[in-house]
Amino acid sequence: MARSLRPSGADDLGLRRALSDRLLPLLVAAMTFLAALALAGSMAAEGLAEHWRSGAASMLTVQVPSPEAGAAGGGSRADTVAHILAATPGIESSHRLSADDIAALLKPWLGENPASLALPLPAMFEVRLNGAEFDAGGLAARLSQAVPGTLVERNGAWLARLADLVRSLRGCAALALLVVVFIAAAMVSLATRAGLAWRRDAIEIVHGLGATDGMIAGLFAMRITLLVLGGALLGLVVSMPVLLGLTSLAAPFGSGSAEPLTPAELLRALPPMLWTQLASLPPIAAAIGWVTAQATVRRWLGKLP
Amino acid sequence: MVKLEGVALRYGWPSGGAVLHDLNFAIAEGGFRWLLGPSGAGKTSLLRLLTLAVRPTSGRLNLLGVAVERARRAELPLLRRRIGTVFQDFRLLPHLSAFDNVALPLRLAGRPEGQVRADVSEMLRWVGLTSRAEALPPELSGGEQQRVAIARAVVARPALLLADEPTGNLDDVQAERLMQLLRELNRLGTTVVVATHSTALVQRYPGRALVLAQGRLVHDGDSGEAPPPEAVSQHPPDAAR
Repeated sequence: MARSLRPSGADDLGLRRALSDRLLPLLVAAMTFLAALALAGSMAAEGLAEHWRSGAASMLTVQVPSPEAGAAGGGSRADTVAHILAATPGIESSHRLSADDIAALLKPWLGENPASLALPLPAMFEVRLNGAEFDAGGLAARLSQAVPGTLVERNGAWLARLADLVRSLRGCAALALLVVVFIAAAMVSLATRAGLAWRRDAIEIVHGLGATDGMIAGLFAMRITLLVLGGALLGLVVSMPVLLGLTSLAAPFGSGSAEPLTPAELLRALPPMLWTQLASLPPIAAAIGWVTAQATVRRWLGKLP
Repeated sequence: MVKLEGVALRYGWPSGGAVLHDLNFAIAEGGFRWLLGPSGAGKTSLLRLLTLAVRPTSGRLNLLGVAVERARRAELPLLRRRIGTVFQDFRLLPHLSAFDNVALPLRLAGRPEGQVRADVSEMLRWVGLTSRAEALPPELSGGEQQRVAIARAVVARPALLLADEPTGNLDDVQAERLMQLLRELNRLGTTVVVATHSTALVQRYPGRALVLAQGRLVHDGDSGEAPPPEAVSQHPPDAAR
């Protein structure tokens, strides 16, 4: 049985006029543009969160009340804490804040010269972790035993909020993608219906001559798929300058450098996963076009005997 | 073979009115029938049934061995390819050349392109349109379009050929050639049904005739014995039976 009306793929139903190559590709291009932005936004949120997470997660603060008092093992409480921190696996470095550093931190609450208030200020250690085999609970227990009253503080609350924010942003991006897919499918369905109405007589003629639903739906699907694919490629091309511009603006937050990126660095700055996702947009759009056109035409043909 | 048993057709069922009532007749394989009757008698509706453009509302319709009223929808395309139809309004695809219009049934049947070219060229030569092969239907005269429609209907050697006023736009010479073609196809085994208003044509080529009036079959016999159209158009259907 013939799979198409003509092996050469000629326009037997006159679909080049019935399905114009103007409006549908432009609308699909707009949808692809939005989808590319949503994907990039989602990935950027994840990237920034990961950057902040790695910074915050690699830091902890140790507070030692009465630092100069003697500890049980001899030496001051602050020195004992410093020894324990130095001997703990997973800690890259620890740094005791100077009195000036502490004064600067407390300035908003205690004014210019907190020492003049004769308050018993604790010693503060800023600890940087190397990420390997660090046991925060074990450290807290050891410090509490050797130097009672010592506090170990991780930035867990902020990390949880950050994770919630990123989850919300990614959820919004996913929702935006779903809406884009729905609108694209609706546009294809409307365009196909318009084409069916425009070519109703021709379809009824070839149907009467023995064309199967698959043949007719295949002609529509092929034309729609080509239009959608062209539109998606156009939308992707248009989205690239915008994405690279946003990447350029966001780069200092990731690299810490205020120097503008070269074009090559900009291209490399986009994560490989984003490239993969962007490259998958045209085939996915084409698949949506093909499936929607097939379903729309077959449903319409179902009304014929 | 074509066989109708108690066939009725009603458009817009269940609210629409019936256009064909209780049709019973059979045409053996290789048979020939004139389909006669006044305007509005139901000739076109009967042809629509036989071209599978509609299915019967009730009754049994057997076409070329397929029980149409029970057939799955997916079976019908293959059956349609065995039926050739010449429509009164030609029903050509306006964006395709005369050649491609004639080639459609062969391409639908999956014939090799080389065979398509040979068969279509031969068919166009036979209907005298070789020089107009690349012309689009809007560029052709009514008679030329009629000949393209005829070529398309017979190019795939259908088992059943239906023609609705096939000589309406043809001059006498072309009409004569067409009737010879229909007779030749009929002689080779094609079942032929020709709907016409032309009593002159029927008189020139006498044969069996089906006469419809107000959607009912009022005569199935020799065309010479068929009641004249003006008689059946005023005849109460029940009495005519």
